[in-house]
Amino acid sequence: MSESARIWANLILILAAVFAFSALLSWIERRLLGVWQDRYGPNRVGPFGILQIVADSIKLLTKEDWVPPFADKAVFVLAPTIVAVTALLAFAVVPIAPDIGVVDLNIGLLFFLAMSSLGVYSVVLGGWASNNKYSLLGGFRAAAQMLSYEVFMGLALMGVVMLAGSFNLRDIVAAQENLWFCVPQILGLATFTVAGIAEARRLPFDLPESENELVAGFHTEYSSMKFGLFFIGEYVGITLISAMIVTLFFGGWLGPLLPPLVWFLLKTFIVIACFVLLRAALPRPRYDQLMAYGWKVMLPLTLVNLLITGAVVLSAA
Amino acid sequence: MPNVRGASDVLEELKDRFGAPSTGNPGGPMGLVQKTGDGLPTQWVSRNRVRDVLRYLKLEAERPYRMLYDLTAIDERTRAYRDDQPASQFTVIYHLLSFERNADIRLKVALVEPDLAMPTITDIWPAANWYEREIWDMFGIVFDGHPHLRRILLPPWWQGHALRKDHPARATEMEPFHLSEGKEEAEQETLRFHPEEWGMRRVHDGTDFMFLNLGPNHPAVHGVFRIVLQLDGEEIIDAVPEIGFHHRGAEKMGERQSWHTYIPYTDRVDYLGGVMNNLPYVLAVEKLAGIEVPDRVKVMRVMMAEFFRVASHLVFYGTFAQDLGALSPVFFMFTDRERVFDVVEAICGGRMHPSWYRIGGVAQDLPQGWDRLVRDFLDYMPSRLDEYDKIALGNRILKARTRGVGSYSADEAIEWGVTGPNLRACGFEWDFRKTRPYSGYDQFEFDIPTGQHGDCYDRCAVRAEEIRQSLRIIEQCLENMPAGAHKADHPLTTPPLRKQTLHDIETLIDHFLGVSWGPVIPPGEAFVGIEATKGNNGYYLVSDGNTMAYRVRIRTPSFPHLQMIPLISRGLMISDLIAILGSIDFVMADVDR
Repeated sequence: MSESARIWANLILILAAVFAFSALLSWIERRLLGVWQDRYGPNRVGPFGILQIVADSIKLLTKEDWVPPFADKAVFVLAPTIVAVTALLAFAVVPIAPDIGVVDLNIGLLFFLAMSSLGVYSVVLGGWASNNKYSLLGGFRAAAQMLSYEVFMGLALMGVVMLAGSFNLRDIVAAQENLWFCVPQILGLATFTVAGIAEARRLPFDLPESENELVAGFHTEYSSMKFGLFFIGEYVGITLISAMIVTLFFGGWLGPLLPPLVWFLLKTFIVIACFVLLRAALPRPRYDQLMAYGWKVMLPLTLVNLLITGAVVLSAA
Repeated sequence: MPNVRGASDVLEELKDRFGAPSTGNPGGPMGLVQKTGDGLPTQWVSRNRVRDVLRYLKLEAERPYRMLYDLTAIDERTRAYRDDQPASQFTVIYHLLSFERNADIRLKVALVEPDLAMPTITDIWPAANWYEREIWDMFGIVFDGHPHLRRILLPPWWQGHALRKDHPARATEMEPFHLSEGKEEAEQETLRFHPEEWGMRRVHDGTDFMFLNLGPNHPAVHGVFRIVLQLDGEEIIDAVPEIGFHHRGAEKMGERQSWHTYIPYTDRVDYLGGVMNNLPYVLAVEKLAGIEVPDRVKVMRVMMAEFFRVASHLVFYGTFAQDLGALSPVFFMFTDRERVFDVVEAICGGRMHPSWYRIGGVAQDLPQGWDRLVRDFLDYMPSRLDEYDKIALGNRILKARTRGVGSYSADEAIEWGVTGPNLRACGFEWDFRKTRPYSGYDQFEFDIPTGQHGDCYDRCAVRAEEIRQSLRIIEQCLENMPAGAHKADHPLTTPPLRKQTLHDIETLIDHFLGVSWGPVIPPGEAFVGIEATKGNNGYYLVSDGNTMAYRVRIRTPSFPHLQMIPLISRGLMISDLIAILGSIDFVMADVDR
């Protein structure tokens, strides 16, 4: 097999797998929530309800695709595509297994951070372009939340970069051959996880959406497949953050006995399940409490982590 | 009866202060003292002096009447039995409550057409605001000096005043309904919010305020409640609640249904309260009819009412947590509520609205095996409650969201007519089950949980503890259920016990009349208030010696609770408002009736 054929096969298969997994994730989430909430969840369409997502997709595709007359049309249409595109692009750098992955960038980590930051625009623009007060409030909240949590998201990973000595995600995985970074970088793991949930806008950080307060927040006015894109964006986002947590802190594909791909999928699934569990377990903080938590707790923690890691790396050298 | 004890005292006080009662009402300051079926001191007062009397009772009297408990009116124009009352076409009724005396007083003011105007008392009691609007809406009585005298329950374009006797009660009595496009647009236009009408500014100090229309369809308003927010960013500057979307004319229906067939309507007033709603109604009817029910009936009523308190509080608990973003608790609590309904279903036949109480008793005796079902539930529930304390009340995020949010003091609560758990959350121990025991509550051992801060957290904590106390009461009912009949042996018991129906003609006639026409309740007036799920729910019934009530006034707790939302939400954020709405525990059917 030629080199370009291998790249293309990789690309198409990963894209298909990410889409399929994200779609499946909505079923997994609903079933897991069902288990934790003493109820069934979707169990009627297909075996164990697994085809529910097919039914949902057909429904979403056939719904009226409505653009409100008062909306800023161009931006309104653009916004949902941004979130899906950036999340998928970021997946390009994720090293799934030694020879599986789209690109091997030497600044892979920075590319991931850049893409996830761009994803915020989707929410802010969507909230703004809808020209609806609830959407606007959702957009505001998203902007404020992202601003606070972006700051330490990147910083939280610098400890990992120092230890691995590289921005290349494959090098980072390789550097965890002896010890996963979740041990020396426990603070980095904690802060990155929090930032990651905020980035994916999941409970308890779903303030831009917060259906009890803002109806549906930034995507109140969205319907049909435009809403579907936000939906896909969110699930790809969760998968992406989970894959990144696995890559950066839990040794990526590394593990005994089982093939690397299986290890990677298994670890990612466990992290995703933790995300779902969080959603089942926690209420939602208030917007100012969230900001205070970000700036007053998480940011100092990240800086402390950086200082300690720096000192350890220097003394070891 | 504590009321009777305090009765003569206050009337003496008023006589000393304002002069002896005279028959020439409305000329003199003080009019007749009316005898009522409930023994509540009822004083007729002239329109010119009513403000002075109210101010005296609230501010100057020793052991004052601090709460405006209810404010309503009666269209007297077709009432036959008014022997001991002055001439009046419309009567405005002030019902005050004194905590210090544990007594009430009722003041009545007579009005004669065409001069249907009253001075407002919104400066004495801010809580009078909505009540006076309701009277204007329903009876067309003008309150001079009221800040926003406009319709409250009916839409602004409504013609006529619905509780007047000449207003049709049914659609069949009216012209065929037709909604043209123009009318539809005009009606929708009346929903547009104009800040200027409420004395709000759109711009201040260079800040453009945003006016956010929250509801009537919004996930957090628990039904159809609309509240318009004046926002600076996410901060609430002011709020205007709007109600009436759930109005079904429950009071008007009372004038068309027989005393017996009205019972199912009461179930739906607080639709989470089930038979708890029947209780004040049947107690008031029994007071008018002079029926004394057997002990078994009392205990059965208490037991089912407490089951519904548990069910209602569980819904509150779950939805409150859900309003704060916690997804799971509501599922657990609704599952438990199903268990409550399983017991209710086995005993009453219905689930949410069993309409199980009857005038003079309950519908059926307890079924065989009821004790096992109740015991199973009592064994099951306490450990679940402990778990909920951990997953909901104990959660740190929930505490951060609710502690110190939406708090009010006990004085403010009394000023605004707040009752029930919302009042007890301020640390004020007041529960009708203890202070004015009805239906044999004085025979039970239970505690009155109170909070300290009157904030959202305490309102939830008080209710969580009340569930435990209700379980205690249910357990005592289970262990001490008296033997005996499930209905009183009284001709007005509806339908009466049938054991002698086929033996003597008297009971057969009673049964026939009660079932075909409905019982004829002797003329009179009676009020009974009880400690319902959400606060004090009371029925003020006026009988004109007919098969139907002449006037049914339903005093619901949620009505004043909603009125004070702007007061406690100013300066907070939208998220806090959602917490407040959840913590108040209202259902719109209870507000709008």
